[in-house]
Amino acid sequence: MAKYFPLGQVMGFVFSLILTGLALLVHFTDMSMKTGMIVLLVTAFLQAGLQFAIFMHAGETKDKWSIYSNIVYGFAMVIITILGTLLILLWDM
Amino acid sequence: MEFFERFMIPHPSFLIYVSMVLIVLVSVALVAVITYFKLWGYLWREWITTVDHKKIGIMYLLMALLMLFRGGVDAIMLRYQLSMPENTFLDAQHYNEVFTTHGVVMILFMAMPFITFFFNYLVPLQIGARDVAFPRLNNLSFWLFFMGAMLFNLSFVVGGSPDAGWTSYFPLADNEFSTSVGTNYYMIAIQIAGIGTLMTGINFITTIMKMRAPGMTLFKMPMFTWSALIANLIIVFAFPVLTVALAMGTMDRLFDTKFFAIGNGGMDMLWANLFWVWGHPEVYILILPAFGIFSEVISTFARRNLYGYKSMVWSMIVISVFAFTVWTHHFFTMGQGAFTNSIFSITTMAIAVPTGVKIFNWLFTLYKGKIEFTTPMLYAVHFIPLFTLGGVTGVMLAMSAADYQYHNTMFLVAHFHNVIIPGVVYAMLAGFTFYWPKMFGFMLNEKIGKATVWVMSTGFLLAFMPMYITGLDGQARRMYTYSESTGFSTLNMVSFVGAGIMAVSFIMLVWNIWYSFKNSPRNIGSDPWDARGLEWATHTPIPAYNFAITPDVTDSTSEAFWDMKKKGTQIFKGEIKKIHMPNYSGVPFIMSCGFFLLGFSLIFSMWIPAIVGLIVILAGMAHRSFEKDHGYYIPEEDVKATEKQYEKRGAK
Ligand SMILES: [Cu+2]
Repeated sequence: MAKYFPLGQVMGFVFSLILTGLALLVHFTDMSMKTGMIVLLVTAFLQAGLQFAIFMHAGETKDKWSIYSNIVYGFAMVIITILGTLLILLWDM
Repeated sequence: MEFFERFMIPHPSFLIYVSMVLIVLVSVALVAVITYFKLWGYLWREWITTVDHKKIGIMYLLMALLMLFRGGVDAIMLRYQLSMPENTFLDAQHYNEVFTTHGVVMILFMAMPFITFFFNYLVPLQIGARDVAFPRLNNLSFWLFFMGAMLFNLSFVVGGSPDAGWTSYFPLADNEFSTSVGTNYYMIAIQIAGIGTLMTGINFITTIMKMRAPGMTLFKMPMFTWSALIANLIIVFAFPVLTVALAMGTMDRLFDTKFFAIGNGGMDMLWANLFWVWGHPEVYILILPAFGIFSEVISTFARRNLYGYKSMVWSMIVISVFAFTVWTHHFFTMGQGAFTNSIFSITTMAIAVPTGVKIFNWLFTLYKGKIEFTTPMLYAVHFIPLFTLGGVTGVMLAMSAADYQYHNTMFLVAHFHNVIIPGVVYAMLAGFTFYWPKMFGFMLNEKIGKATVWVMSTGFLLAFMPMYITGLDGQARRMYTYSESTGFSTLNMVSFVGAGIMAVSFIMLVWNIWYSFKNSPRNIGSDPWDARGLEWATHTPIPAYNFAITPDVTDSTSEAFWDMKKKGTQIFKGEIKKIHMPNYSGVPFIMSCGFFLLGFSLIFSMWIPAIVGLIVILAGMAHRSFEKDHGYYIPEEDVKATEKQYEKRGAK
């Protein structure tokens, strides 16, 4: 039976609950804006990565190389676009 | 009567009335001809519902040529208006409408379908597949593009054309300054066509990643397929930005939100920012497949393999990242600081490096090649110096400090036509001539073809070189007229003559098709150019299933057909078996009619028909998710019989 037990999935579920709980702390405790944002961003990206790897099965097939590189590429493009936009319209205007 | 008033043209002219009459007459004639020859059933069964990538490709090609004509007529009108000082052929409003339409049509409804034609027609053949990964989605992509294009073209006879430029900058594009429904057309028609393009992107990435012939590793893919993969990757990451920006712009115009409008926290510059976050990658979406076509043409007619295959691929991969890091160079003068401008100046100059790598690779391919000057090759040979000139003026524009001098002048207009025409248009026409015999079984006349290239390049130089000069002298872009004393008139007249010569070359192209259809021999076999890629390894005309036996390129290079011809490498191993093919479907067409209805109704803020359109779309999606469609098999005997027929005809 042991080998049919989806240990990874269960652990993933528990871990994602913990991450959600951590994020909720921002609402229920009295953090500064800065710490709050950091906690939210870090838990959000960990959560996204967890969902990709465990529940969306990103790493389970032969083409995991192309799936991961696609995610990294998309992530990089989004960061560039957001930082660039902030730079143009706010920080250096 | 009040209901119909909204469809009137706010700023009519004699020419628009003539076009209205012509459109009605042509439509009636078309319907009459189709009915008289009883072609409705044939059109529905063989074309409208088709999922065959070759037929969908040919429909894209037809649209691209039609739109090239439409955009070309606009261009001639613009050049004629500017050919003399104080010309009254077009007034300011009409001039605005014409240049807006010219830009949108040429980029989104001419260049985009032209490259999509090549994706569709070539990619499955080059990777040895029977169709794309999602054949029915492909059909939907085409019809969405078609409906978007038709909606946009409707604007000048129903309700008024968009007039805020192809970039449609806010606040000009907002209700306060653009009062007609023209800009609604812009927002919604491009949205519909853009959704189609996004689907194409997903479809072709999947096709290339998942459906390559056995033995075809990524680094054994033909160069055009590589360029298609990178271009589609950029599509998938760039087009959502346009989708979102257009949706926000639509809401500003229809529901009075304030994303880009002035006041209540709206930020007009955010539109320019988002537009170019999409807009610059769009340039590479167009130019990379063009480079792919040139690579195929140059290696075929230099009679040797492409120099530096790996560096070609890597330069494209680098471009796919850099393409997203340069967008600010389109608005250096918007008010951001020198620090930001310097960053984007440097990234812009850096992206010229991988492009330069490609130019040198082609030159090295030509060097020591046995060059044969066919029509496609002539396009390629004209492309290299002309495009390099455009690239150099691009680097000039990339210097942000100097850009304050050039920006919004004819210098810029000359620059981007200088890269897009020799880069994209020449590539499309080279590929069009090169693959014509594969599509239709006869060659285009070489004499007329080569003459066309020379006439086109002459016209091009006459039309655009003067703009560099008048631009530096201060002729502003989008200015509908100028006074005698500016001294722009002679050079603008030269420009108009050049545009006329380019129009002649387009007529020559059409004449060539007709002449060759009448006169060219039909017994040309399946490999008239002595070509190299896998796409030439099948019969002409290409059977519905592309390859009777799936090619196996384990022992070949990226030029599998050349290896087969010269080294005798086997690529068709095994026996003919039954072939699995996708079914045709009419649902995508009906869905796209729903999109048309939805779009048209939104443009005029008619909510009830809009909801009807939306219901049609949702019903189509629901139908698809409950439908069981496993395709069908072409039985082994049928495939064998078809193959026998080809043998009898002596093909191959
Ligand atoms: Cu750009």
